[in-house]
Amino acid sequence: MPRSHIIAGSEASLAAIPHGEEYRGGRPLPTPAKPTLSEIFSGNGRDACGVGFALSQARSDAPLLWVQDRMSLLETGRPFAAAINRDFIHVETRDARAALWAMEEGLRCPELGAVVGEIWGNPAALDFTATRRLAVAAEAHGVQAFLILFACLPNLSGARMRWRVESRPSLAHPYDDRAPGAPVWSLDLFRARGAPPGLWEAAGEADRLDLLPALRDQKLPSAEAPRRTA
Amino acid sequence: MTPGARKSALRCAQRLTDARAICPDLTVAPLDAEHDARQLRELALWSRRWCPWTALDPPDALLLDVTGAAHLSGGEAAMLDDMARRFSGLGHAARIALAPTLGAAWALSHHGRQRIVIAHSGNVAAMLAPLGVASLRLDPDMVLLLERLGLKTVGALAAVPRLPLARRFAREAVDSNPLTRLDQAMGRLEEPVAALVADPPPRIVRRLTEPVAHLPILTALIVEMAEALCCALELGQRGARAIRVDHFRVDGGTQTVAAETAQATRDPKHIVRLIAERLAGLDAGFGFDAVVMTAVRHENMAIAQSHLIDGAAEGAGLSRLIDRLSAKLGHRSVRRPAAAQSYIPERSIAWQSALSPSPAKTSSTSRQQRPIRLLDRPEEISVLYATPAGAPRRFIWRKLPHIIAKLEGPERIAPEWWRERSTARLRDYYRVEDEAGRRYWLYREGIDGDGRGGLPRWYLHGLFA
Repeated sequence: MPRSHIIAGSEASLAAIPHGEEYRGGRPLPTPAKPTLSEIFSGNGRDACGVGFALSQARSDAPLLWVQDRMSLLETGRPFAAAINRDFIHVETRDARAALWAMEEGLRCPELGAVVGEIWGNPAALDFTATRRLAVAAEAHGVQAFLILFACLPNLSGARMRWRVESRPSLAHPYDDRAPGAPVWSLDLFRARGAPPGLWEAAGEADRLDLLPALRDQKLPSAEAPRRTA
Repeated sequence: MTPGARKSALRCAQRLTDARAICPDLTVAPLDAEHDARQLRELALWSRRWCPWTALDPPDALLLDVTGAAHLSGGEAAMLDDMARRFSGLGHAARIALAPTLGAAWALSHHGRQRIVIAHSGNVAAMLAPLGVASLRLDPDMVLLLERLGLKTVGALAAVPRLPLARRFAREAVDSNPLTRLDQAMGRLEEPVAALVADPPPRIVRRLTEPVAHLPILTALIVEMAEALCCALELGQRGARAIRVDHFRVDGGTQTVAAETAQATRDPKHIVRLIAERLAGLDAGFGFDAVVMTAVRHENMAIAQSHLIDGAAEGAGLSRLIDRLSAKLGHRSVRRPAAAQSYIPERSIAWQSALSPSPAKTSSTSRQQRPIRLLDRPEEISVLYATPAGAPRRFIWRKLPHIIAKLEGPERIAPEWWRERSTARLRDYYRVEDEAGRRYWLYREGIDGDGRGGLPRWYLHGLFA
């Protein structure tokens, strides 16, 4: 599978991209030594895989602060508490600038487990300064921060880890081969401080993330079956 | 003193030994003035059942302004009967007088012959005339003086020409001036009385000699007022939950900044942070010449020290964060999900302001998987299916086709007939996954031939992780 990502503004990571097999999985997901800001590019906003991945990475049991700007709320909906087994405070803001402000306020509060922010598109407020402020605040107060970006190009950013998350066909359902099973995400860490980039596939179970072996590219036969009859 | 005691020739201000000598089986109860005052206050608030304006007249009287309120109890006479009955039910022998003025009502209730009296503006002079001058709320020295002058009744006093009377008592204070008191009783002079306020909120008022229009000066003033307010709150061991700052403009009109807090607070810095951010949005015009800071809502907050060194209390950080977010973004934007009793997905979560106490934990009532995202408004999609009642094969959402690779369902959610119209249709929910692995929650509204509309329509309601 050739890499077709365009990485803007990170010449260091461009040089560091290893090609070939060592890039693709085969080692555990890198976890930052201390809480920091991770950016999660969640495709074009037609699915919620980035949200699922962020929740799987937010480890603390303390309440979350969940900030959404108006566009991400309209386009991708609201977090549905029936499926989220955590305590969270939801903040909706008019624009990305207010969302970033709310996130930074949240990061100053060590009683929070994590701060999840969602922003749609490439607003002007989302620049290097804003993301770096978030990263510094997250590290200073020890609160994890996840910035989920929908329909957004990876511009210059101060985030310590930058992920690109996409949905993959799910695992087989244990009892029903026609039903979707545990969700599978392709996790592309295209820039990280202190860790080499890499590409993983992981299945999000209820409370954990299972890494899948590499080279699981071909579709499962059961996934093909309904299409043929269509 | 009970009527029985008065009959056995006992008097007020008599020595107890003398009274015991006259009446050996006398029952004596010590006076507890503080308790009586508290009781009277309670009664004043309790009497708001008849009218909204009540005030205390210590030591033993209540003032009620029943203007425009009598018809609610079936007329004046019925209302007074009701009062007498209810007070006697409480064990009080109340003397009640209704008159056009406070002075007249006081005179008739304290010195009148009847237990219940109603005077009107036509007959109030005639009703007051036979009463002694003590009924005009004069001090005992003045009463003695008037009696020595031969003016023993109100009628006699009223008959004296005004001019000599005014000249004779020109030096007297308002409370002991017989002419003033007479005018008050007759309604020729207004007598303002402040109503009893049940629980006045802590309030700091600053009147400025020069109008202020500059933000730094105003901010400094707010800081100083917040400190004063917190001192006032600390005295009563209270903490503010909602604060309002009214700015009075020199050219008329007020500008208000209000803030709420999730937890009772008494920290001036926190209050200033909530308020100061929004001062810049005020329209000062030619400047503000008065500022009032009120703790509109407040609740008990014991004095507590959690750290030896000055520092925020444990657990206060989160509520302060909520305060700040709510103050800047509005309390409708900062919310928590709470479980609601409904099967319909969008109604099963009631969003409530994060400022209110945290709700019971939301837990899914269904064993079925629920999507991690729910669209506020389900979006209509066009669906290709084999049979109208069967499963979908492909659908178009936001102009892009999705071919369904895996599918689970239907899960039927029936309309809640006890709160919806009879035409509401049931929903058959499907959990589907398209070829790219994106998972959606679709539903078909109604089934073909349910008699509640034409062909069923399809909607996309949620996104799975």
